[in-house]
Amino acid sequence: MTPGSVAIVGAAESSQLGLAPQVSQIQLHADAALNALADCGLGPGDIDGLACAAEWPTEIAHYLGITPTWVDGTMVGGCSFMLHVRHAAAAIAAGLCSTVLITHGESGRSWVGTQAMQINQASLAGQFELPYGVLGAPTMFTIPALRYMKEYGLSHEQLANVAVVQREWAAQNPRATHREPITVEDVLNSRIIAWPFHVLECCLVTDGGGALVLTSAERAQDFPARPVYVLGTGESVETPMISQMADFTSSRAFRVSGARAFAEAGISHADVDHLMLYDAFAHLPIYGLEDLGFVARGEAGAFIWERHTAPGGKLPVNTNGGGLSYMHSGMYGMYALQESVRQLRGTAPAQVPGAEISVCHGVGGMFGASGTVILANQRS
Amino acid sequence: MSINPKTLPRPTPETRHFWEGVRRGELLLQQCEGCTHVYFPPRPFCPGCASREIRVIRASGRATLYSYVINHRLPKWIDAPYAIAVVELEEGPRMMTNIVDTPQTPEALVLDMPLEVVFEPVTADISLPKFRPARGGVR
Ligand SMILES: [Zn+2]
Repeated sequence: MTPGSVAIVGAAESSQLGLAPQVSQIQLHADAALNALADCGLGPGDIDGLACAAEWPTEIAHYLGITPTWVDGTMVGGCSFMLHVRHAAAAIAAGLCSTVLITHGESGRSWVGTQAMQINQASLAGQFELPYGVLGAPTMFTIPALRYMKEYGLSHEQLANVAVVQREWAAQNPRATHREPITVEDVLNSRIIAWPFHVLECCLVTDGGGALVLTSAERAQDFPARPVYVLGTGESVETPMISQMADFTSSRAFRVSGARAFAEAGISHADVDHLMLYDAFAHLPIYGLEDLGFVARGEAGAFIWERHTAPGGKLPVNTNGGGLSYMHSGMYGMYALQESVRQLRGTAPAQVPGAEISVCHGVGGMFGASGTVILANQRS
Repeated sequence: MSINPKTLPRPTPETRHFWEGVRRGELLLQQCEGCTHVYFPPRPFCPGCASREIRVIRASGRATLYSYVINHRLPKWIDAPYAIAVVELEEGPRMMTNIVDTPQTPEALVLDMPLEVVFEPVTADISLPKFRPARGGVR
């Protein structure tokens, strides 16, 4: 794909975010989709490409009244939407469709109209991880962190500080679930979930949705909002088992996806004004900063401690407050993309002055998958 | 720690030998006849070079503690915080397990400490390989 040849022209989150017990999961998809269509002045009849993850595209197409010529049901966990953007950009560039709607909705807290996923006891994860008392992401995604801490000397205080800095961003965001300031001591004194992780180092569990509309850059000026161009993208997967991640201090999927996105966009790290790093847990931004090449291996904890990612820092990261403080319905990637779009439109609550290039990086499963999208508000 | 039947492994044709080995008190790995790669979890071909010429080997049972968490958000069938660990076997592969016969605390569980396998019967058909601090008793 030529950098800048496809643009995001519509973007919105669901009307309710956080706690929405009166809305089912499929309606969260639809509500976000209708908001995103209204944002760009289109209707379901204008959409010929559809992608989604928490529901089947068949469900969403039928529910919204869409007749697609291209569908993508790629489901690799929370970064699925980064992959959808990548696939949609390629599909539009190839002429498979002209206008793509990507939807997400998740009743992750209220569990209305959905049910919990069960690990298949005959899968490799089911046979070789489930018997040892794993209970969802907090007991699996966190396992590599202690190895990282030993290898690089990351302190418990530095890990806790990730949550502290993101709360500073959340304080500026009226929609954030938690906005009151916290200290490193508050984090370390909060309830232990899976040592070394405390509850304030684990993502929220919320309800919500989001949707994006993409089309070719040629048409992008025809819509009311400022276009946000797709400069480069990357994707990869590694393993469905955290115990089989090759390097506990670095994600192969992050490295492959990130390098591909930067190469495709033709930019350097110094060009990046704003960064979203999917933070299901406090160690994720640390791995993200290093595996995407913003800092050297082992340096991210100190980099965040020195306030480079905080408000006023040289590399603003997770400016919506992130999964730790803003919201996290289970698959957070859509909300990271929404914040990148807001920053590049100039409409973010904690706006980075003059932001032109945003990198939005997601994880799926437990370091199992990755998607990276580099966006800009100039076409080249 | 007691067990929830919904978390028991359900062996497949490609993994049954492993679970039968654990029942007998043997920890089984696989090794490629071509490239000599030793790997886990089981599959009837080498994930390194895709050769189907592989053999089953018995692991020494010696390992080191690679990483872990101590889970404090307990399911109904477990009554105290417990470590979910990944160990590195002497032969190279890593596997998830629990560490037994030692306090489930950061002080007792030190990364890279030597461990040895024990086999914990759970049902008539299933035993689980777990690890305890090394006493030098494993073959
Ligand atoms: Zn081989």
